[in-house]
Amino acid sequence: MNIIVCIKQVPDTKEVRIDPVKGTLIRQGVPSIMNPDDKAALEAALRIKDGMGAKVIALSMGPLQADAVLREAMAMGADEGILVSDPQFGGADTWATSATLAAAITKLEYDLVLAGRQAIDGDTAQVGPEIAEHLGIPHISYAKELRIEGDEVIVKRQFEDRYQLLSAKMPVLVTALSELNQPRYMTPRGIFEAYREKQVTHWQRNDIPVESENIGLKGSPTRVIETNPKVMKAPGTKIEEDVEKSVQYLIEKLKEKYIL
Amino acid sequence: MDMNFSKEHLMARQLFHDFAVNEVEPWAEQTDEGHRFPKEIVGKMQELGFMGVPFPKEIGGQGCDTLAYVLLVEELAKVCATTAVIVSAHTSLAADAIAQFGNETQKEQFLRPLAEGKKLGSFALTEAEAGTDASGLNTKAIRDGDSWVINGTKVFITNAGQADIYVIFAMTDKTAGTRGISAFIIEKGTPGFSFGLPEKKMGIRGSSTCELIFEDCRIPLENLLGREGKGFGIAMATLDGGRIGIAAQALGIAEGAFEKTITYVKERKQFKTPIAKFQNTQFVLAQMKTEIEAARFLVYDAALKKDSGKPYSVEAAMAKLKCSQVASDVTRECVQLHGGYGYIQAFQVERMMRDAKITEIYEGTSEVMKMVISGSLLR
Repeated sequence: MNIIVCIKQVPDTKEVRIDPVKGTLIRQGVPSIMNPDDKAALEAALRIKDGMGAKVIALSMGPLQADAVLREAMAMGADEGILVSDPQFGGADTWATSATLAAAITKLEYDLVLAGRQAIDGDTAQVGPEIAEHLGIPHISYAKELRIEGDEVIVKRQFEDRYQLLSAKMPVLVTALSELNQPRYMTPRGIFEAYREKQVTHWQRNDIPVESENIGLKGSPTRVIETNPKVMKAPGTKIEEDVEKSVQYLIEKLKEKYIL
Repeated sequence: MDMNFSKEHLMARQLFHDFAVNEVEPWAEQTDEGHRFPKEIVGKMQELGFMGVPFPKEIGGQGCDTLAYVLLVEELAKVCATTAVIVSAHTSLAADAIAQFGNETQKEQFLRPLAEGKKLGSFALTEAEAGTDASGLNTKAIRDGDSWVINGTKVFITNAGQADIYVIFAMTDKTAGTRGISAFIIEKGTPGFSFGLPEKKMGIRGSSTCELIFEDCRIPLENLLGREGKGFGIAMATLDGGRIGIAAQALGIAEGAFEKTITYVKERKQFKTPIAKFQNTQFVLAQMKTEIEAARFLVYDAALKKDSGKPYSVEAAMAKLKCSQVASDVTRECVQLHGGYGYIQAFQVERMMRDAKITEIYEGTSEVMKMVISGSLLR
């Protein structure tokens, strides 16, 4: 079987600081990493490959330096890396990104498309499901467990306090939570092979069968009006009663909010 | 400072760094405190290919190079000098001796499992009366029918007891001095081969160090490594490479202590101001950083020379001399900047200062390094 894993290179938000005046991310000097949810998706694909055999193709759209996350994917065990990169794709929102990636995927044979739930620099969680819509295939989001049975994928789909057990016939797209697994390390050999023996396939605008009105900044209906740093929540309530009364108070409050 | 590293070296360094921080550092204190060989960590490194970094893929290695191996040892030593020396003794002493001097059968039988991470290696030259002076070896190997019979005791052997495959040196002709030394490969479990009690050490306490005891230990004739009487040259050539590993370990120790100290001086306040604001602190930090960078150039240069097939014996000696001095000096200064907190265990620099000292001693003392370097000048 063929598995395509969609991977985004993101700034390591642990290292990002916020410009106090503009309220935007200071990206300069911040290391770029493979988006953590995408890494879980890749690990899921590699486990299927280890268990039953599969060809794993890592696919990314981004600037040329996103080459590094595809090499990393290959160093972990992906068979191929494809980078969709062209200045015309720049400034894409989730619509344009998903339209472009979906068009790229139509050029490939696939049974399963895996993506991370969301990227840590955007947090939209839209691109995965949108790709599925463009491709006209079903999708299951928020996977915390995933396995293959025959021609179906069986997925535990996470909610806040429960999960759904879903199955879908392939081809299907699944978005992965970081909780899905603990991604493996690269190996030194994998790294050296990824750079010295393998190639990242580079697809430009003309390689992708997508309409021009759906790509890049011009094809992006989303407009960012303003970005704000996280606002402090209101101060909490301090309860100074004895243990019994405090507990009683807490229980009332939790019931009030339908948590109990 | 990146020395124009290739992308694969930079990515490998990132991998080694992440592994060291996530898998090794959390156990470093226990490894030291409990004098505990970090078996689980070694197991993980074996699975990930870390035990075969510089060896060709054809023999089960990772197909990388000495530079990548140096980056591995350096990153490990930043957080745990014990873990670093386990890798170093295995890779650049035991496995590399067989890679350089073994025949095809020996490489297949012994190097492959070492490079694949299935077995751990150890290298044994030192004896009670033969440290710097290898001609003082008393361990004897006598040919008897289809075997060599080995008798004698090795001391201070790194990875002893834990390792599966040992490269050892013994006299096949005691009258010939260093020309009477031969090298052998011996497996753990061979009858007549046992281990002494673990040594209690100042530093690198989790590293297993003990005696190898040979009592009428019989090994097949084909376990002779290289030619009979050529053991001294094999030992010296192997130690040249080993010194690059120890230099990398020393560099890592210095860097690890330095990083902890940078964090500490920004947080520690005296006279209502972080001690980083004091010029004494700043000058000490500046000097340490400069020394570390100078040491780094030497060790990377030695590794690059080895990788390009050029002579590197003197470069390796200079790298080890400098890096080990820097490790001792920097860790001592780091303890000083930590004041009382540096003398207790909580801030790790105490451990690093103890760990640093051995790098001036093993795989050739600093004095031996000076002999190697000056020997090349006055030929």
